[in-house]
Formats: sequence, C-alpha cells, structure tokens
Amino acid sequence: MARYLLRRLGFALLLVLVASSAALLLTRLAPGDFAAAQGLDLTSAQREQLRETLGLNQSLAEQYVSRLGGALRFDFGESMLYSRPVSALIGERALNTAVLATTALLLATIVGMPLGIYSGTSSGLGRAAVRMVSTVGVSIPPLIGSLGLVFLAARTGWFPVGGMTSSAGADVTWSAWLADLVRHLPLPALALALPLAAALEKLQSESIETSVHEPFVAASRARGVDRARVVLRHAWPASLRPVLGLYGLMIGGLFSGSFVVEVVTSWPGLGRLMFDALKARDLFLVAGCAATGAFFLAAGTLLADLLLAWTDPRVTSGDEA
Amino acid sequence: MIRRAGIVLASQTLVAVLAPLVAPYDAGEAFRGFLHAPPMRPHLEGLTPVVHPLVLTDLLESRFERDPSRTVRLPWMQRDNTAPVFLLGSDDFGRDVLSRLLYGARTSLGLSLIATLGSVVIGALAGAWAGYRGGWVGDAMMRVADLVLVLPVIYVVLVLRAVLPLVLPASTVFLLVAWILVAVGWPYVARGVRAIVAVERSRQYVQAAQSLGAGSFRILTVHLIPACAGHLLVQATLLLPAFILAEATLSFVGLGFPDPVASWGTMLAGAGNYNAIARFPWTLASAVAIFLVVLATNLIGARGRSA
Repeated sequence: MARYLLRRLGFALLLVLVASSAALLLTRLAPGDFAAAQGLDLTSAQREQLRETLGLNQSLAEQYVSRLGGALRFDFGESMLYSRPVSALIGERALNTAVLATTALLLATIVGMPLGIYSGTSSGLGRAAVRMVSTVGVSIPPLIGSLGLVFLAARTGWFPVGGMTSSAGADVTWSAWLADLVRHLPLPALALALPLAAALEKLQSESIETSVHEPFVAASRARGVDRARVVLRHAWPASLRPVLGLYGLMIGGLFSGSFVVEVVTSWPGLGRLMFDALKARDLFLVAGCAATGAFFLAAGTLLADLLLAWTDPRVTSGDEA
Repeated sequence: MIRRAGIVLASQTLVAVLAPLVAPYDAGEAFRGFLHAPPMRPHLEGLTPVVHPLVLTDLLESRFERDPSRTVRLPWMQRDNTAPVFLLGSDDFGRDVLSRLLYGARTSLGLSLIATLGSVVIGALAGAWAGYRGGWVGDAMMRVADLVLVLPVIYVVLVLRAVLPLVLPASTVFLLVAWILVAVGWPYVARGVRAIVAVERSRQYVQAAQSLGAGSFRILTVHLIPACAGHLLVQATLLLPAFILAEATLSFVGLGFPDPVASWGTMLAGAGNYNAIARFPWTLASAVAIFLVVLATNLIGARGRSA
C-alpha cells in the first residue's frame, strides 16, 4: 500500500511539474508577448521599458530557472495582466471553481446513483423512462446545457442568468453573500452535472444489473432477506468498483466542463482566468493556473484511486495489472 | 432507434456535402434590414409553399410583423428578390440561420470527421506498433499517450490553439485545429489497440501467418489491426461528438474559425449573450444541431459497445 501511494504521489508531482512547465514554455514560445498584446496605445520605447520591468527580455532558460526557483519557495510571481501576485489571484478563482465543481459532482452523485440503482434492478416503464432520460442527458454536454439553461433562466426568471453573486464589491453580510451565491449556483452546477449524472446512472445501472445476478444475491434472497435490503446491502457495494473508477475519469471532464460553463455563465473561476491569461500572454499566470489545475487533477485522481483501493483490495495487490 | 440515429447522421452528412445546393442563401449573405428576424412559417397557396414577408416595425428593438397582404415564394422554388425568406430566422448580421446551419455542418462535421479519421489511423498505427514491437519507442509513445489521457482535453486544445498565431485564414485554421484534435484524440485509440494487439499477437492465426513468411507490416495491417475493428469503431463514435464540441467551444470563445466563416461554433458565438439568447432563441439553432448529432452518435456507439 505504501509503495502504491508513493508511486501515485510521484506521478502527481510529475504531472504538476510537466503541466506548468509546458504551459510556461508554450506561452513563451508563442508569437507575441505580453507587451505586444497590450495593443497600439504604447510606443515602442514604452513597450521595451515594459519588457525590461517584467523581465521578458531574459532568455528562456534564465526565466524558467528563476520561476522554478520561485515556485519552490511558493512564490509564483506577479501577474502582468492584473499586477497582483499570482497566488492571490489563483487562490480566489480556484475556490470559485472548486465550489462549482464540488456542487456539480455532489448533484450528479445524488441524482445519478439512485436512479442507476433503480433502473438496474427494476423493469418496466419506470426503467425505460430513466434510461431514455439518461441517454438524452449524456448527449447534453455542458456547452449546450448551459446555453439552454441560460435561455430558460432569461425567459422565466427562475434563477439569475450569470455571475456568481449580484452584489459584487458591495459590502454585504456574510449570510447575505451566501444566500446570493446559493441563488446563482444552480444554473452552472446543473449544466455541469447533467451529463455526469447521466453517465453515472448508465454505469451504475449496468453494473448493478450484473451484480444482482450473482449467486450471493440469490442466496440472500433465498434466506428471506427482503429485496430492498439485498439490493442496497449486497448487490450495490459489489457493483461499486466500475462506478468509482468512473469518478477518476470524471475529474478531467469536470475541469473541461467547468471551463465552458464559466465562460457561458460568467462564473469567475480558474478556467476563465487561465483563458484570459493565455490571450494576454501573461506567462506566470498561465503557468500558475496550469500548476493549480494539474494539482487539483492529480489530487482528484489520487483520491478516486484511494477510494477504489479502499473498497477493493484487488487494485493494490497487483492482480489486475 | 439505431436506424433512426443512423439516418440522422447520414442525412446531416449529406446535407453538409450538398450545402451549396440545398442552402437557400450563401452563408455570408447579409440582409441589412433584417437583423434578428424571427423564423417565418411557410404555408401552401394552391400548391406552392409561400411565406408572408416581414416588415420591420421597430429598428432598435428588432421587431418585425408579417405582411399578410403579400406572399413570397420559398427561395428554392424561385429566387424572389423582393423580400428574403428566413425559415429559421436571421442572425445578428441579418444572415439566414438555415443557410448558415447547412454551411456550418460542412465546416463542423467535416473538421470532426477528418480529425476522427486522423486520430483513428494514427492511434491504430501507434498502438499496434507499441503492442506488437514494444521496445523503447513503443513505451515512449504509450507514456505520452498516458499523459495526454489524464489531462482535461479542452485545456490542452485551448493552450495549443492559443499559443499559435491567432489571426489566420479559415483554411489554415481548419488544418491547424484538425491537427490539434488529432494530437489529443489518438491516445484514446492507441491505448485500446495496444492492449488488443498484445493479446492477439500470440494467437494461432498470427503464428500461422508468421510461419508462412508474412512480414510484420503485413501481419499488422492484414491481421492485427482488423482484429481491433470493433474498438476502432467505438472510439470513433466517442471522438466524433467530442471533436464537434471542441470546435464549438473553440469558436465560441473566439479561438476557432473567424466570424464570417459559418461553423456551428461561430454561430453559437454570435448568439452567446443572455440578452440575445432570451429574445432571439432561434440563433441557438446550431446548439440543437450539435445535440442531435451527439445523441445520434451516442446511440450508435451504445449499440456498438453492447454488440
């Protein structure tokens, strides 16, 4: 177990390093730099001056080594676009994305899993209806879903159409801010959760359908344990392995999806920050965002793997590899 | 169900190929007096389908009214220059949404199909090499594939696209985006192919081919890659909708095709603020088209996986 954990941790560190380095290098090698991206309102002398102050004249190697050294001391440099420390900027935006992604993941689990258990263990009209809804659901990716929900919200006024709060910058009490957030959250979270919930439902349904036919389920039924208890206590845990495996894969999808949702619904998250930084060629901010994203990705995958290893000892013993 | 899904896909592709013939107007043709015109409902007059032309009543609010005293024939029957006919409405430049949808199918489906084909071919070759020959080249390819597989696709596509020159002619964008999509798509194919080939290569029919003197190239192309056909088909049905979405996302955020080009993504970009979405929902037509194609490929893919 310890070796397994160590190997996964090593992979996580490598992922963070590779992703942030690649982002920094690619942005640096891209045509144009931050000074050039500032449009026409600078004279060429001012532009040179700006490059000098920001250290854009350094060679690639110099820049990379100094940034790496800084990153080891948790100093991620200063954003050129916002003139603020990268770590502060990323901190607040990452939190916003985390709120969105966690809500969506919870929502998908709460909706998808029970429906999957239901449709996998029952027959008839209800099951057909659930299956049809989930087939449609997996075909509504976050881009389409969020546009559709924005249309719905704008027409009906059921929830606010965009942003994270309506009271940005205003001095409101903590509880009022929270209530505001809760009103803004459903739209983006729903758009993000819908295809995930549908995918969860499908997999859980397939998986439990095979596990209810296992001999031990029939045996418990024969001993007189009632149906609901057999399904929930015996068949469901046995069917969890592929479902938990999906969580590891969903984390990447959650990231990609949240970028789109953030753009459509003006949610001030990490994805949009990175996108703006990319367009402005804000080197350190791009690298910082990539590192943070990779960290969350690695942490999420690790967590999913641990969950898997905890529920199923076959994973770590190496029988599967 | 599966047949209907196939029909949807096939007809979309057919329409995409035939766009210049079936589209009522050119994708870039803008009618300046008809910004955000609503869809018109055709009716029969005798045996010819006609519509009542629209009259602008409020320029600032983009309000139109039907003029029941006049009729205009549909543009397919006979080009009537007195008034344009928008069966699916018009967009923010006064361009016909239906025509743009048809021309957009060309761009979006064409790009996604080419990228899917590219990913399948490259993924199959790389995976087969890694599974059959192995060695450090195969290992290195699989390590790269593993890394690409963990990364969120959209971010990789965004970063790759954003670091390349942003203002390019449409044909260059097409090729560039196709290559980027292939770069993120091939690992999904290669991983499975490698696993299948690694098992199949010790089967008797491969040994038979070897003992008959077949070279490794022949064994790979004639025996091993065909053994992966099912996997390749399933992967293609997963990649195609993902690529359609990637194009839509890129164009939506302004990193895809430049505006006058009709693609399903650029159409969404034009619709993309909530004020416009609420008042002119017909500009979201391409979102519906994307949904239908994704649904159709999902249905076909689900059938392929269970078969």
